[in-house]
Amino acid sequence: MLKINELLNNLDVELKQIILQRHLVDPLMIGIRSGGVWVAEHLHQQLGFTEPLGLLDISFYRDDFSQVGMHPNVKPSQLPARIDGRDIILVDDVFYTGRTIRAALNEIFDYGRPNQVVLAVLLERNGRQIPLSPDCVGARITLEAEQRIKLTGPEPLEIQIQTITATV
Amino acid sequence: MSHNLQLNSEGKLKHFLSIEGLPKELLTEILDVAESFVGMNDQQIKKVPLLRGKTIVNLFFENSTRTRTTFELAAKRLSADVLSMSIATSSTSKGESLLDTIRNLEAMFVDMFVVRHAISGAAHFIAQQTAPHISVINAGDGQHAHPTQAMLDMFTIRQVKKDFSQLKVAIIGDILHSRVARSQIQALNTLGVPEVRVIAPKTLLPAHVESLGVKVSHNLTAGLKDVDVVIMLRLQKERMTSALLPSESEYFKCFGLTEEKLKIAKPDAIVMHPGPINRGVEIESRVADGPQSVILKQVSNGIAIRMAVMAMAMQKPGVLL
Repeated sequence: MLKINELLNNLDVELKQIILQRHLVDPLMIGIRSGGVWVAEHLHQQLGFTEPLGLLDISFYRDDFSQVGMHPNVKPSQLPARIDGRDIILVDDVFYTGRTIRAALNEIFDYGRPNQVVLAVLLERNGRQIPLSPDCVGARITLEAEQRIKLTGPEPLEIQIQTITATV
Repeated sequence: MSHNLQLNSEGKLKHFLSIEGLPKELLTEILDVAESFVGMNDQQIKKVPLLRGKTIVNLFFENSTRTRTTFELAAKRLSADVLSMSIATSSTSKGESLLDTIRNLEAMFVDMFVVRHAISGAAHFIAQQTAPHISVINAGDGQHAHPTQAMLDMFTIRQVKKDFSQLKVAIIGDILHSRVARSQIQALNTLGVPEVRVIAPKTLLPAHVESLGVKVSHNLTAGLKDVDVVIMLRLQKERMTSALLPSESEYFKCFGLTEEKLKIAKPDAIVMHPGPINRGVEIESRVADGPQSVILKQVSNGIAIRMAVMAMAMQKPGVLL
């Protein structure tokens, strides 16, 4: 029911508008591991960006570390040496509670002080918990609390809605 | 001593006391997490919020500069509050005073102890006695273990050699008294290094050293042939007085690493030393400061490894979503 190509095309169109509206100059694209990087790779190619994609692993910045611990597959973030004054397009797969984006912004600001950051996500769903929201989206959907969006990739990039059954 | 003490109910690191008994996967995870922390050096603000609000106490009952400062720096880069205490031990009633120290610090709501002690088993003892929410990291106990030193050495080897499965590694010097060597041998074997050699005079080797999974040589020239990694150990000068060795110059002649002898190893062999170096006793300055030396790289990597171990030990067992 969710067609990945349609979502990517919608997001591409919205992002192009935002780039014009917000006057982004020579923007740096950063994907959040893992799903965000996969989406960003598509956008990066479609927009013809030449500067390498920045990769962000937010494991060390999560606000739930003391409850869930470290992600076992943590990888180094790879951002260019200079973030100061840059216009940044931050890309993630799903916008849900907003906590991932908070962590990502905290990490980016430890690398430097960007001029502006816009947020592009493939899907926005209901369930926001902090006052952040994406600037451009592939689609907005409403799900039940026990439903999750699962992205698999990078090739082929596919999207599914799963229902989490509570384990007792 | 139970080594399961080191793992929580989910098999994750709770205390880091010894390499012994830890699976290869866990050692590899430590190396992988450390690699991410090395990447952090690109950040303007070299700090992550992982351990914000946690209190770590460095309990150093024995002198140390490198280990204590890198543990301290690692804790600070994880945003923990850190207190470094150097405690002179009295030779009597150590058990009692040690436990008293621990109880007092626990009452100050501490989350982790990093312990260095001249008595083997001190860190184990604290891990057994301390409150259940507290993690203990061994920063060197007697002649037993120095697991973070061994892991930073493994990290440095992997950084340069990429893979453990083809390596020949030689450890040279005072194996008998070295907690570093013991932990290194266990780590090298666990990570799958096919050949670990120890090279030392008979008086500086423990009895039945072969049972640790090493080949033994008493001749530096023969032992260095074709090795990829040369690990030199510090010759503790107090050994001279205990009649284990004739003299420093005699030791250097037989077991000191010179440029000439290093040529026997593979041309791309790396030279390591846990420090502090006795120049002209176990290693020549030209080698210690030479192009094959990774001694200062070891020091830098010490921060990342200690960050990884501290962060992993502070994870609470919980539900993963």
